[in-house]
Amino acid sequence: MSERLLRPLIIALGLTLLWQCIVWVTVAPKFILPGPLQVLTTLIDQLPLLLRHAGVTLTEILLGLLLGVFLGLVSALSLITWGGLRRWLMPVLVISQAIPVFALAPVLMLWLGYGMASKVAMATLIIYFPVTAACFDGLRQTHTGYLKLARTLGASRRALLLQIRLPAALPAFGSGLRVAASVAPIGAVVGEWVGSSTGLGYLMLNANARMQVDLMFAALLVLALIAVSLYFLIDFLARWLTPWQADTMHSQNRRDR
Amino acid sequence: MKVDIRLERASLSWRHHCVFSNLDLELPGGQWTCILGQSGVGKSSLLQLICGIADEADISGSIHCSDGKPLDGRVAWMAQDDLLLPWLRVIDNVVLEARLRPGRREPGQYELARYLLSQVGLTDKADTLPGQLSGGQRQRVALARTLFQNRPLICMDEPFSALDAINRLRLQDLAADLLADRTVLMITHDPLEALRLSDRVLVLNGSPARLSAPIQPSGKAPRQVSDTAILSLQGQLLELLAGEAP
Ligand SMILES: Nc1ncnc2c1ncn2[C@@H]1O[C@H](COP(=O)(O)OP(=O)(O)OP(=O)(O)O)[C@@H](O)[C@H]1O
Ligand SMILES: [Mg+2]
Repeated sequence: MSERLLRPLIIALGLTLLWQCIVWVTVAPKFILPGPLQVLTTLIDQLPLLLRHAGVTLTEILLGLLLGVFLGLVSALSLITWGGLRRWLMPVLVISQAIPVFALAPVLMLWLGYGMASKVAMATLIIYFPVTAACFDGLRQTHTGYLKLARTLGASRRALLLQIRLPAALPAFGSGLRVAASVAPIGAVVGEWVGSSTGLGYLMLNANARMQVDLMFAALLVLALIAVSLYFLIDFLARWLTPWQADTMHSQNRRDR
Repeated sequence: MKVDIRLERASLSWRHHCVFSNLDLELPGGQWTCILGQSGVGKSSLLQLICGIADEADISGSIHCSDGKPLDGRVAWMAQDDLLLPWLRVIDNVVLEARLRPGRREPGQYELARYLLSQVGLTDKADTLPGQLSGGQRQRVALARTLFQNRPLICMDEPFSALDAINRLRLQDLAADLLADRTVLMITHDPLEALRLSDRVLVLNGSPARLSAPIQPSGKAPRQVSDTAILSLQGQLLELLAGEAP
């Protein structure tokens, strides 16, 4: 257990040391590459500013995540329930994936304004397809034996979907959630880059333009922290949703050591 | 209550591989019928055909019940693998029928499920997840789930195959007791088990598969395995099984 906590700490320390070494060796001026200590002081000095912008970005990410996961789940359930819908909508969904979501960012600004809505839309869009695909695959690949058994037990179509297919798809849904958690921050920040007056993305762009590279790095650090915490939170949630799923990596790890 | 079931001119093929064609099978009401046969001959397929769940296969034929009503919804199916839902506790797996049909929820169901679990020797496992059970324990839960359903026809696919000799005898007695006046179709690889429990023993053999004439052991089930009549019938059965092997 202590090792599990110690290891990330050692990794972080090692990376910081590497960073400091690069600063020492290249003798880079502080407006090109600030040292870790300097970034830390900036982080502490500017904490109120950073937190204010981080709050905006976090809200965008969480709203986008909620909306994207909800829409993805509903779409997957509809696709599995109505065969006609599946045949017509599936190609549309796949084709829509060929359009890079980032290219849509300026259009979203135009339609939804420079406020939070366009960033939430951006995060939602970027999450929507992976979640839909993961859930749909999970719902589709139910063990036929379970379905046959449920039918001999007299299950209605509704019970079949909600009590057999849906729980059986939860592990796949969990992987969809993990992907969503790791791409949602990207969506929000790209949205902020394209046009906004608040948020970590805005702060980074702004600081960069004014050669405040230390502030930019501090903002980046906060963003990374948000993304990592979000991922672990979702990972925990996904495990909690599927307690019957044995984690086979665990026993493997024990043997590796 | 006792309904005779007759399967007529049944054919089944999986993707152009004909498993059997023009097969007739009689299941007299209130009797146990056992089917034996070599692995891969089509026993499980036949069972799925009767239960109406052989979806991926091309099937034809008809099923008649002596009371004139369709068989749908009156069959309990115990599959060759236990099919326990991994996200439900053992007890919830046993009452699965009631969970899937909320309209039919009655008060005594969990008591009945607990009683059945105690009968198969799993009282203390009621609240665990199936993932924590051994193969034989899982099979016993599946048996309890099948016994929980109160259906006129019970189809069981190798229901005791994963059990040790002692538990097997115990559960055979239990099933014979609880299913005494029910119509049962059971698949097994164990000739003694078939002769011990059933009123009619059939052998499925060949490709496309055919059913042999029934062997009918005398006396009331469950019979003693040391019975000399049973032992001589076993020899006859083994000959039939080996007989027309491809
Ligand atoms: N879902 C399926 N799709 C395609 N072919 C199948 C399927 N299920 C069974 N078969 C084929 O049908 C034949 C009969 O299979 P079946 O499961 O009925 O055998 P069985 O008599 O129950 O064998 P065992 O004693 O090993 O359980 C086999 O050749 C098998 O390959
Ligand atoms: Mg079989």
